[in-house]
Amino acid sequence: MTEIAVDFPKNFKKALGDGQLRRNLRAAMDTLGMRRRTLFSDVEAFEKLRERGDAIRQRALRQLPELLERLEQKCTENGIQVHWAETPAEANAICLDIIQRHHATRVIKGKSMVSEEIHLNHFLDERGIEALETDLGEYIIQLEHETPSHIIVPAIHKNRDQIATLFHEKIPNTPYTEVVEELNAIARQVLREKFFAGEIGVSGVNFAVAETGTLCLVENEGNGRMCTTAPPVHIAIMGIEKVVEKLEDVPPLLRLLTGSATGQLITTYFNMISSPRKPGEKDGPKEVHLVLLDNGRSKIWADPDLRHTLKCIRCGTCLNHCPVYTRLGGHAYGYVYPGPIGSILTPQIEGLKNAGAMATASTFCGACEEVCPVKIPITDILRRLRNESYDKDETAHSVKDHGYKLNATESLTWKGWAFSNATPWINALNAKLLGVIGPQLPKLPAVGIIKQWGQSRALPSFATKSLHVLAKEKGIRDE
Amino acid sequence: MSDARAHILARLRTVSLQPPVAVEPEAPPAPALDQAKKVAQLKQRMEAMHAEVILTDRRDWLSALKTALRCRSLNGLLYAPHTAIGAALAEVWEDGLPPLVPYEQSVEDCKEQLFNIDAGITSTQGGLADVGALILWPTPDEPRLMSLAPAVHIAVLEASKIHPSLTDAILQEHWAEGMPTNALLISGPSKTADIELVLTFGVHGPKELIVLVLDDC
Repeated sequence: MTEIAVDFPKNFKKALGDGQLRRNLRAAMDTLGMRRRTLFSDVEAFEKLRERGDAIRQRALRQLPELLERLEQKCTENGIQVHWAETPAEANAICLDIIQRHHATRVIKGKSMVSEEIHLNHFLDERGIEALETDLGEYIIQLEHETPSHIIVPAIHKNRDQIATLFHEKIPNTPYTEVVEELNAIARQVLREKFFAGEIGVSGVNFAVAETGTLCLVENEGNGRMCTTAPPVHIAIMGIEKVVEKLEDVPPLLRLLTGSATGQLITTYFNMISSPRKPGEKDGPKEVHLVLLDNGRSKIWADPDLRHTLKCIRCGTCLNHCPVYTRLGGHAYGYVYPGPIGSILTPQIEGLKNAGAMATASTFCGACEEVCPVKIPITDILRRLRNESYDKDETAHSVKDHGYKLNATESLTWKGWAFSNATPWINALNAKLLGVIGPQLPKLPAVGIIKQWGQSRALPSFATKSLHVLAKEKGIRDE
Repeated sequence: MSDARAHILARLRTVSLQPPVAVEPEAPPAPALDQAKKVAQLKQRMEAMHAEVILTDRRDWLSALKTALRCRSLNGLLYAPHTAIGAALAEVWEDGLPPLVPYEQSVEDCKEQLFNIDAGITSTQGGLADVGALILWPTPDEPRLMSLAPAVHIAVLEASKIHPSLTDAILQEHWAEGMPTNALLISGPSKTADIELVLTFGVHGPKELIVLVLDDC
């Protein structure tokens, strides 16, 4: 399922006008940024660690097909059932098939961005299967029928008053309380029953280790462990890019992930799963399934420049440091992955026509790149996507819908501009004309493209004489 | 095998251009720490994450445990009867302490009990000094839910098994040669900061983590 017709200007206007949202975001983003800086205060050591993280991810991606096969082989040897899905529809169908084979109707979920990407909850809901989010933030937004607004802290757009009202209204017999500990206790109580009764556990994967067939999950709440331990069946879903070569590749990536995401040295739990319950073991799922999702990743991978997109370890720190994201929040972007990483990933998956505008939601300040723990050249990729929006020429690696922005008026304008600049007498005439007409422009009623352009900018006032003329008057030799 | 597998791998195999190999900086050498330093570092880091770390030894750990249990009101202590810790507990247990409850059946037959008991005690595979975490490798005798379902998790850690870092643990213990069904790092009681980034402890996992460090092991 693809979301289409996202009205970016309308979304952006709405988000910018929402004072509550901006206050909630501002406080949170400043805090997350500060915590990260505190953890990585040794800049030199952090740079070294970042270089390692980058190199480890690049090494894994270089060998992607081999590592995926090794992962599959190791997992299979360990008793994990591996499934491959080219599209979200295929991934959903695989999950549904497993769920139906077990006649299950109660699915409990750990936090997983890839399950958001395939809209698994909605898909299951339509088929009468309850898919309950168990991460506190995800639980909150599911109650509100919202999507996550941040990769790491999904309910960050809400403050405690809003959550207090939500719990009071949506959870039966719940008194109104704004005390965070009490809100937390309410969720614990509700979800504990769900963990007890859950028939299928669904999770994402932070790193999958090809060497040992191990699925690694990073979390603080314990809901991830619950979902992967208590129910009889566990389904893990991952994008094909999440594989790493060796177990010893994991520690540096783990440090980069937890430090960049929330400024933690380590999370409460790091959960490494290598097999279903073995004979003699008393708990743990009897079946573990791994769903490998492509959804456009193999195409991104084929381009050596765009491939860097796939190094991402989903820490969300580029969101926290982006001057655009920190003012808009995630919902305004209209897609599952917001912020800088979303703006380079989503247009490549969904095509430029649908999501290309995301690549324009950037000031090119480069803050995202400066903090990215695996050194993704985000601004280069943004530029590439913007260029491709106007580039009709088809190459092996063209992004979907390339050239969609190209239109006759714009082409003609640029052609005229080129012609004018290459023809001295027309250029001189133009300069003279602009000197006369230019100063009148801001006084005219702004319409069409001028109006659009001028909405957030002051229109320039033109000088009456061009530089060319001024130089001539000063007697500077014109060659 | 579905077509998806063949299609995905085929696409990944048709690539004509590989980017240059990235230079990989060496991992910084692990700092040489003696046992006392490792214990101190682990204690400090884990306490910062609201774990209660009790330094004790082989002779005194049971009385330290009893003291910790007596100052809490608990309906029972889930334990693994067929482990060294389990045997030691059974031998010295006495009235006035929360009753020992063995985890002997498979989860399907005792789920309700597991979800309602207040505390559980487990051994550990080791610890990590640099980040302050326990390593757990649950076994058939000491299953996974023991450290997850009860509200209080008590872990016994032998100080000699504390590694400087995770990398060190992976290499020294040859993890790559065979991983268990489930391996865990645990750095404190469960926590969340999902509401306004306010850190609160005790979400879906244990609300309390008590670590008994046996300093002479």
